[in-house]
Amino acid sequence: MIQIIVFAVLLIFTFSFFGWNIYKVISNISMGKSVDRSDRKSERLKTMLLVAFGQKKMFQNLLPAVLHFFIYAAFVITSTELIEIIIDGLTGNHRFFAKPLGFFYVVVVSTIELLSVLAFIATIIFLARRNLLKVPRFHMDEMTGWPKLDGNIILYLEILLIFCIFTMNGTDEVMLNHGWSHAHVDGNSFGFAVSSYLGPLLFEGLDQSTLEILERIGWWGHLIMVFGFLNYLPYSKHFHILLAFPNTYYSNLNNKGQLTNLSNVKTEVENMFDPNFDPYAAPPEGETLAEPERFGAKDIQDLTWKNLMDAYTCTECGRCSSACPANQTGKKLSPRKIMMDTRDRMVEVGENKRKKGKDFDDGKSLLGDYISEEELWACTSCNACVQQCPVNIDPLSIIVDLRRYLVMEESKVPSELAGMLTNIENNGAPWQFSPTDRLNWANED
Amino acid sequence: MSEKIKIPTVAELVANNESPDFLFWVGCSGSFDDRAKKITKAIVKILHHCNIKFAVLGTEESCTGDPAKRAGNEFAFMMQAIQNIQLLNEYKVKKIITGCPHCFNTLKNEYPELGGTFEVIHHTQLINQLIRKGKIQMKGGGAFKGKKITFHDPCYLGRANDIYEAPREVLEKLDSELAEMKRSKSNGLCCGAGGAQMFKEAEKGDKEINIERTEDAIELKPDFIATGCPFCNTMMTDGVKYFEKESEIKVMDIAELISNAADL
Repeated sequence: MIQIIVFAVLLIFTFSFFGWNIYKVISNISMGKSVDRSDRKSERLKTMLLVAFGQKKMFQNLLPAVLHFFIYAAFVITSTELIEIIIDGLTGNHRFFAKPLGFFYVVVVSTIELLSVLAFIATIIFLARRNLLKVPRFHMDEMTGWPKLDGNIILYLEILLIFCIFTMNGTDEVMLNHGWSHAHVDGNSFGFAVSSYLGPLLFEGLDQSTLEILERIGWWGHLIMVFGFLNYLPYSKHFHILLAFPNTYYSNLNNKGQLTNLSNVKTEVENMFDPNFDPYAAPPEGETLAEPERFGAKDIQDLTWKNLMDAYTCTECGRCSSACPANQTGKKLSPRKIMMDTRDRMVEVGENKRKKGKDFDDGKSLLGDYISEEELWACTSCNACVQQCPVNIDPLSIIVDLRRYLVMEESKVPSELAGMLTNIENNGAPWQFSPTDRLNWANED
Repeated sequence: MSEKIKIPTVAELVANNESPDFLFWVGCSGSFDDRAKKITKAIVKILHHCNIKFAVLGTEESCTGDPAKRAGNEFAFMMQAIQNIQLLNEYKVKKIITGCPHCFNTLKNEYPELGGTFEVIHHTQLINQLIRKGKIQMKGGGAFKGKKITFHDPCYLGRANDIYEAPREVLEKLDSELAEMKRSKSNGLCCGAGGAQMFKEAEKGDKEINIERTEDAIELKPDFIATGCPFCNTMMTDGVKYFEKESEIKVMDIAELISNAADL
């Protein structure tokens, strides 16, 4: 009975805390500007199935893709076990589904076990890759401190979780063999693919009470790990396991070369060309003059909600930065850092709003306090970062929006570019050539 | 040019109640840059050879606004875009061929929302179509027989618009070996000129991007680096000069390679 009460309290706490975190995530994402991604639903669904579910873009690089897939598949299928854990925990049953599902139960648990073994191997290799092999993208400037620790914590927890699963199943196999198991099944073995062998190997010879304690440690450890994971996610790069799905669904489906056109700029320019436009005219009756919108982005509220969802989805793998021509030639720009900065600033602004009121201004901004002009001006807009991202994150659109703010609101533009812009405005070409010479080539040899 | 080709302007055709099948959008590089003008002339030779009724805007053409937009100045972009669209719509232009992937991308993707919807194609796509239709015949055993060519994907043709095959199909028609760099197609490395970088010094770093990219090409020991973008052409040419390989490796646009191979 105590176990049931403890379990119920833990369950309520886990899901309330998770709910609270999800509420914070959603309200943080909602700080972004609107952008319509409600069109082309079937194309969106297809993108999500291919890119998130099928991990299409991961398979550009086979070995990490396969290893990652083991962990992913183990995670997805182990989650289904949560249903039984919750039922057992609340009712005091033991392996509630074992009897009614029969052979199918054995198949499901065996699949979990086999994938757990594969995930275990993958996790060990990933730890080695991250810490021993010097894969450059795991050792860039932004990957020190918490991001580095976060990457390792997840892998350590993964190993602990797998240990718990095999302790739980292995001891239960041995107990069933001796007729001590609480599970209502016939025979002297569950027949689980791994623990029916591993259990006797590790735990045979232990007495009944030791086995029972070990089994409980495995069960509770497994449970606490899963519940803990759930609440660790929103604070971690590991959040991508959930957000990859909505993030790919809401992908930008246009050609990657297409930048947005700013409608407020369009209106102003059209008015400028319109001889009948009166800039001093009062607004039409019933309408109040809207507050002029900022050009480009200075802080996270000027970005779209999709940019902000991108930031939460980023798992800091660094494929973007290792494909970035600027980053690879030693410039300060790292598209991964752009995403991490956007996320950190968003969380900061969100916390400020909740704790100090929605109009609180901490005097900081994404541009300047997090992302420098030097980073922005290193970008060639080549789309390599967008192309590489396994979950369709678009760092380029953030870079362009920050540049727009710098140039249009603060007139901060590298001097050579200022010259280029003047040329375009004066002669319709980025160089200082007269428009009347544009066709000269036709008469040259 | 062996024979002087008359370059008609849209204004002249419209004055005679005619209209071109294609507007050839030359672009600023193609109009003013000495190296890029040669690419423009090669495209003209191909259009002329295939009896395509084309015209240019001539002195009425103006920058699409691409570098302004990428440099963050949406105002300068919008001024260019709105005026260009007005002119193109006045002339009832339907189809546009461009010699520059940046013009291509802006005209194709960014103008429609502003009221300028045209069928836009890049010159490598048109050349590919013309070869497929048998309108361009390569003279066998020409300058490219047995030579090694590698194609550098322009970002604004490749990743930006997913056009990877048309330029390669064209190059396969030359009597030569087509070699791929270690980073190619969607993994291709930028030449370093996009996003208005063409018009400024690079930010502080260990290396110029075009040097990094030229190394990819030099590894293959090619005879030619083929390009489809005047900016890439400049960057790769500078890269080859940096390594003092200009006597071994020529950087040429696909239009130039084809116009040479077909002896136009």
